[in-house]
Order: sequence, then structure tokens, then C-alpha cells
Amino acid sequence: MFIESALNVKNQKVQGLFKALFMMMTILLVLPVLIILGTLIYKGGSVISLDFLFSDPTNGMTAGGIFPALVGTVWLVALALMISVPLGVAAAIYLSEYAGDNWFTRFINLAIINLAGVPSIVHALFGVGAFVIFFGFGTSILAASLTLAIMTLPIVIVATRESLQAVPMAFREACWNMGATRWQTIRRIVLPNSISGILTGVILEVSRTTGETAPIMFTGAAFFLPFLPQGVFDQTMAMSLHLFVVSTQVPGVPEALPYGVALVLIAMVLIMNSISIAFRMYLRGQKKW
Amino acid sequence: MVETLEQPDAAAETDSVTGDEAMPESRAVKLGVRDLSISYGGVAALRDVSLDVYENEIFGVIGPANAGKTSFLKTLNLMDSFNSNMQVEGDIEFNGRNIRAIKNVYGLRSRIGVVFPLPVGLPLTIYENVALSPRLRGIKDKQELDIIVERSLTRAALWDEVKDRLDSLGSLLSGGQQQRLTIARALSQDPELLILDEFSIAVDPVTTMRIEDVLKELKSEMTIILVTNLVQQARRLANRTAFFLEGECVEIGVTEELFSGSVKDQRTRDYVEGKFG
Repeated sequence: MFIESALNVKNQKVQGLFKALFMMMTILLVLPVLIILGTLIYKGGSVISLDFLFSDPTNGMTAGGIFPALVGTVWLVALALMISVPLGVAAAIYLSEYAGDNWFTRFINLAIINLAGVPSIVHALFGVGAFVIFFGFGTSILAASLTLAIMTLPIVIVATRESLQAVPMAFREACWNMGATRWQTIRRIVLPNSISGILTGVILEVSRTTGETAPIMFTGAAFFLPFLPQGVFDQTMAMSLHLFVVSTQVPGVPEALPYGVALVLIAMVLIMNSISIAFRMYLRGQKKW
Repeated sequence: MVETLEQPDAAAETDSVTGDEAMPESRAVKLGVRDLSISYGGVAALRDVSLDVYENEIFGVIGPANAGKTSFLKTLNLMDSFNSNMQVEGDIEFNGRNIRAIKNVYGLRSRIGVVFPLPVGLPLTIYENVALSPRLRGIKDKQELDIIVERSLTRAALWDEVKDRLDSLGSLLSGGQQQRLTIARALSQDPELLILDEFSIAVDPVTTMRIEDVLKELKSEMTIILVTNLVQQARRLANRTAFFLEGECVEIGVTEELFSGSVKDQRTRDYVEGKFG
């Protein structure tokens, strides 16, 4: 009864083959990440030190540290978040909780999808036209952060909307039946149960914003400016642009330096992503239904 | 099903059946429904229903699936306003006032407690599940909330089982307990009208009987509309019963009369005797 027929044997062989194939693809996927990280650590690890992180670049950026760029990136990302998170979360709440399904919301959804698809260099040029020139902010942290904020708005909106819609409709209906307004329902039931997804989206936005170069290149990031910014109307150095500059624009840079800058930049992103994953795992453990 | 019945013109006759005919003695009307029609995107779900629900009675609504029972309930507390696809015609009077003229729909809804077929334990603690409605009404005093929570849970026959773990999640209770939690939540609204939509679908028989006992007691304090697909449940509980079939209110009558065979419509007899449904 349990003797294998030729067909059984063939099926099992094919099954094994496909399993191996899919596994290989998965490993191939991880390989570039490991190679990039390995190369950066191998070639740039030697320059990493507290001194490198916390001192100014010297000798025409061929020596010294990256402190102004590090601080500049924190400024840019923080300000971009302060703009895009309230805007994006509010828009997502409106779209998910208030707006009906009509031509207007469909149009807005289409606009959001298209906004996500606009190349970053186009955002950069828009930022120059709108914020630097039209609003008169000049090349400044404010203009650069606004550009970054608009570029990453779709991430916040989509992540927020999805986590809002993961809250079962029955919860809302139970609240409405009790005489709760939409806002009472959102505040007491929907938001507390979707905040984890929203925060995950925000952290994803941070890691995306940290690495962007084109949008800040013309709007607020400086080539070389060994001072810390004093306000949002100052220009600033930024990690991503600094990497571009020391890799391609300055002669005589020691080979290890650009790798070191890249290593710090990628470490920032990876740390943010790890926090995001750990946070999501923690909140998933707390899931209430 | 209807095609096989012998009285093809019965539908026309019963279109205008009202509660007044079924129960001649005059009692205070809690809920008056006049010529209510509901359709979803042009497809009729309920046609020309008129009935009265009296104060402090249990009004049963029976009928097979797709009879329009749930759609009927949704209109009673204006929940149809959340569904733009749902068109409602006709008048509904609650305490003698046309509900469509009431500006404070939230106030109307808070006076009507609703229990759904499947229990909805909100992702809150047991305590907060029951305290939510009082909190929405603006009650902040902890002692007052404690009293409401204990009283509602006691009336829903759940207090003894959960009094030691009020701080655990309501959504982690068993199905039968969650349904009683849902009832406790509805009772915490201190409703004038309690609507139960097939509440026993996901509940074991023992719990069902306990809830039925609770309902019999609650009748002295509030009006209850009990929608059920269990014909015998209507027989046990309801003072009067309406029979809905395919969007039509076929018959309304005193429950015992319907079940003892004094019906106007053959379809009612067939349904309560279990010949279809």
C-alpha cells in the first residue's frame, strides 16, 4: 500500500528541486546586504572612532570627522518628521475614518500613489521652486525638510491608513451604536489599537529620509560648512551629501574615509529599522484581539 | 418557497398589517414604525412595514435569513446613516418623536442598546468595556462608574464570573461570556429600548437560557426587541411577534396566538411549524 510509485518518486524529486530553488533565491537576496556591510566594515571600520563622529572635517574634508553632517542630518530628519507626521496621520485618519468612497477620495488616493512614484530629483526641483524661491525660505534646513516631508508623506499616509483599517469594523459599529461620535470612537478604540502600525510607518520614514540625497542637495544641504546650524533658516551639512562629496568631489581623500561615512550612514538606518522591528514585535505580543 | 404556497394574493392583504390590529387594548407605544421601506442600491430589503412596539414588552421578530430583520434594526437607531448605499423611506417614531427630526442622533443611540449576533468584546479591559458608554456620556467619577459597571455586569449575569478579573481583556473571554459582556455594555447605557439581533448564535444553550432569564426580568424596566431565527426562543420570550419574510412583514400577533395556530397567513403557520426556514 505504501510502496512508492514512479509518480510519487518524481513528485518528491520535483518538490525537492523547487524547495532548493526558492531557498537559493532567498539567500541571493541577503547576499548583497551582507557584502555591502562586510565591505564597509572591512574598508571603513578603521576610521570609526568617537573622535571621527564628534569632530569637524579638516584639510578640505580629507581628514577629520563628520560631526556637522551628523548633526545636520538629525536636524533635517527631525524637522521633516514634525511636518509630515501630523499632516500624514491626519490625512490618513480622514481618508480611513471619515471620507466615504466617492470620486473625491479616489482622486486623493490616486494622488498619494503618484506622489510616492515621483523621482526624488523631481521633488528636489519642486522644493527649489516652491520653498527656496517662491516662499523665500532660501536654501535652508526648512526648505530641505519640507521637501523631504512631502516626499515621504505617502509612506506615513499609507502606513497609517493600513493600520487604521486593520482595526475591525465591528469595534467601530459597537461604539457608534452606543452613541459615540466618530471622533470618540477614533480616540478611544481605533487609535490606541493602530498606534503600533503608525509608529512603524514613521520609523520607516525616518530611515528613508536619512539616506535621501537629491532632495536636500539643492534645497538646504551645504557642500562644506564646518559649523552647526543655529536655526531652521541655516544651511547645514548632511551625511548623505557629505558621502557624495567625499567620494566624488574632493581630490586626495584617503580611501577609508568615504567608507567610514557610508558605514555611519547605513548604521543609522539599520539602527532605526531594528528599533522599528523590535517595537513591532513588542506591540504584536500585546495584541488585544 | 413562497411560490409553492397556496395563497398567491396573501402578500397584498398583509401589506397593511399593524400592531394595533394584532393587539387591540391600548398601551403606550414606545416605537412606532410607519410604511418603512429599505433598499440597498435599488434592491429592496424591506417593503412597507408598519408596526408598533409597546412599552415594557418583548417584541419578537422572526423570519428566515434575508427577511430584512437586521436592516430593520439598523434603521431604528439611525445606523443607516453610516451606510450610504442604504436608502430608507417611511417614518419611525421613538417616544412619539420622529427620529429623523431628532438632531442629537448620539443621544438617540445612547438610549437604544444594541446586541449583535456575534459578540463584540472591545479591545479594552472588562471594566472599561462596560464603563465606556458612561464615559462617553461624560461620567468621570470613579465611584459612579464602579456602581454602573457592577450593576450592568450583575444584570447581564456575568458579575460573579468576572468580578476578580475586571482588569483583564474583554476580548479574551469565552464566546458566551463576551456576549453577556456585550449585553452588560448595552445595559450600561441605561437604555429605554434594548435591541437583540440573534444574540444566541454564538452562545451555548446554558448561557442562552441564562440570558433569556435576564431578558424576562429586564422587561419590567425597558422595551425589548428580540430578533431571532430560533422560533421557539420567540415563543418563550416574546409577548408579541412579527413574522418577516423576504422583506415583507407577513404578520404581527400575540405570540401565543401565532403559535397556537390562529394565524391570518398560511406562510406564518408553515414557518412556526418548521415547514420552511
